[in-house]
Amino acid sequence: MTEPTEAAIVPATQPEARKEEKYYLRFTLPQRYLHAVLFTSFLGLAATGLPIRFSDNAGARLVARAVGGFGAILFFHKFCAIVLTLAFLYHVKDIVVRAVRHKEKGLFWGPTSMVANWKDVKDLVGHLRWFVGLGPRPQFDRYAYWEKFDYWAVFWGMVVIGFSGYAMWFAPFFARFLPGWALNAVLVVHGEEALLAILFIFSIHFVNTHLRPDSFPMDMVIFTGRETEEEFQKKRPLEYQRLVRQGKLEAKVADKPVYWWVNFARVVGFTAILFGLALLVLTLIAYFGTV
Amino acid sequence: MHTISSVPTVFLHSSPAGLGSDDFCSGSAGRMLVSELFSAGVALRRCERKFHSDLSDAARPAIGTRLLIAGFFVFLMLAIPRALLAKDADCLSCHADKTMQDASGKNVGVDATLFHSSIHGSLACSDCHSSIHQYPHPDHPAAVQCATCHADEAKGLAGSVHAKAGANPCTSCHGNGHAIFAKEDVRSAVYPLNIPRTCGACHGDHLLAKKYGLQNVYSAYMDSIHGYAVSKEGLLVAANCMSCHGSHNILSRKDPRSPTNKENIATTCGSCHGGVKAEYMSGVHGKAVAGGNMKAPVCTDCHTAHAILQPTVASFRMQTTPICGSCHKEQMATYRDTFHSQLGMLGGYVETARCWDCHGAHEILPASDPRSAIASANLVKTCGKCHANANASFVQYQPHANPRNRRLNPALYFIQLFMNVLLWSVLGFFSLHTLLWFIRSKHDQRKKRATGEAKHD
Repeated sequence: MTEPTEAAIVPATQPEARKEEKYYLRFTLPQRYLHAVLFTSFLGLAATGLPIRFSDNAGARLVARAVGGFGAILFFHKFCAIVLTLAFLYHVKDIVVRAVRHKEKGLFWGPTSMVANWKDVKDLVGHLRWFVGLGPRPQFDRYAYWEKFDYWAVFWGMVVIGFSGYAMWFAPFFARFLPGWALNAVLVVHGEEALLAILFIFSIHFVNTHLRPDSFPMDMVIFTGRETEEEFQKKRPLEYQRLVRQGKLEAKVADKPVYWWVNFARVVGFTAILFGLALLVLTLIAYFGTV
Repeated sequence: MHTISSVPTVFLHSSPAGLGSDDFCSGSAGRMLVSELFSAGVALRRCERKFHSDLSDAARPAIGTRLLIAGFFVFLMLAIPRALLAKDADCLSCHADKTMQDASGKNVGVDATLFHSSIHGSLACSDCHSSIHQYPHPDHPAAVQCATCHADEAKGLAGSVHAKAGANPCTSCHGNGHAIFAKEDVRSAVYPLNIPRTCGACHGDHLLAKKYGLQNVYSAYMDSIHGYAVSKEGLLVAANCMSCHGSHNILSRKDPRSPTNKENIATTCGSCHGGVKAEYMSGVHGKAVAGGNMKAPVCTDCHTAHAILQPTVASFRMQTTPICGSCHKEQMATYRDTFHSQLGMLGGYVETARCWDCHGAHEILPASDPRSAIASANLVKTCGKCHANANASFVQYQPHANPRNRRLNPALYFIQLFMNVLLWSVLGFFSLHTLLWFIRSKHDQRKKRATGEAKHD
């Protein structure tokens, strides 16, 4: 992951030279790194957690034995958990710094915030109406309602799964202030919430973000950080118009992503998607095989 | 004169107390004396029965009587014509050829040296081959009747599972009739360390096992902790086939008299494992079996009969848990839901609690019994075996909690219910949402392509 820095790949003259394709920055490098760490550690957690959740399943046992049994599985699971925890803490720290030190406006409210607002409810209803041909397609701002849902699902998931996971890992310590039955509850909660996360990410998130016809086969913006003007206008017209109005659009201009980086991102992204889909199939087989 | 060191010792020592064999049979002179009597055709068995038992029944004979008896033997020794002793030599003048065969091709040669060193080495040929009195003898002399002397063993054999085992039941196990040794002799086929191989000659034979519908137990035994002790460590005290099944009077385990009958297993295993037997008998299973509940497990139900493993090895820990579960089905199902089970199922990690780690293996007691490992007062100690920092709150954890049981585990039941509702409502809503979106986008795309193509044309 050694992408050239923004400065190095944004020579001042280049954007004007390429009239036919203008690129705008959507995600900063740290945000892209965060997503990369998030999905690699999540895939690792899913791959090592599912065999534990479905330990009765023959395939799960086969996988576990192949990598060295439960000891190895749990080691990788805890390793990925620590990586994801660090990523989560980094993100929280980032929000706190942006809110407290930089006093960033619009972080917790407004069109660029992740916090849901009334427009999201209207967008959801409008979108559903558009699906069935009852109305026009809603126009989205920086984050659409399903993107906000993805974000909060992951956020909530990390808190719930993380807490219950650490409660099991350090059970005697947590037992000092948790009642005994909570130790039973954390396993149920951990397993169920993780199952929800796995099923949601590998089906809903994959299709909403990457596999639906408008984005198929993969939305590269999370890997390159950039999207074309056409994409920007079509996907987030409200944000585009707002930036034009505020005169801030030019500040978002970025160069065209370099080929090797796009190709590398494609390989990584497709691998992750295929891996996730394979886990989804195995999970459904195991789930409906045991219920 | 051939040496017959073990013969009198074995036979005479088995006689009841009273006139001990030492009194007149010990010492080289005494041994020679007795062996001479054998050679003269007086079977030791008869000697033992007539003299020893008579004398032992009576009060201890006076020294004069003993001297008189000794004198009688000396007299016999001197009086018996040496010509009688020449009989063996006559037989061996032909049969000493080890490659000698009879008309049917059967080997009838005798290794005289080996025979003379065997337990029957001091007997004359005609003591066993009693139908032969002179040469030439019939082509097919009558079969040797071991039962003539070994009546008790023959009787036991006749009532055993081996009663119909074939024409030569004795030599099947004891080996070549001319090379039978005492069971304490390493050359004996029934020496403790040789027993598995001897029994395995039939019971380890796949074809024979198939033919008679037997379980092929030999390989299971040889890989077991007992088999290992015998074959690798050479432990004479380790259980071999005979230790559990007996020798001549082996009975089917279905026979209530059999030591391998379920009712007798604890006693049989307890003959070595006395401490474990005492623990077992005071536990719920031992009491149930003693009370006539034959569904309760005995030693072999958990440890198996032949493939007994060291209880700390991974395979034992893994294979035995479902055995408990075969009766305790509800507990097994709830155990399966827990981390303790999930870890072990994936292999390579079997230290997590198995049934007996908490409940005890042999002295299993109900939680209501204050001595029980799972009595509430003992839980911190029991859980603490693995969880070093276990405290009173920690042990409130329920290792058999059932989230499907609202009455027993209401909190867990509602948490599970909430999680399931959350899971299926989120997935259900978004599945529909995303499916509709997918269809709409596909539809738009097709329409756009169609109009695009139309323009292009």
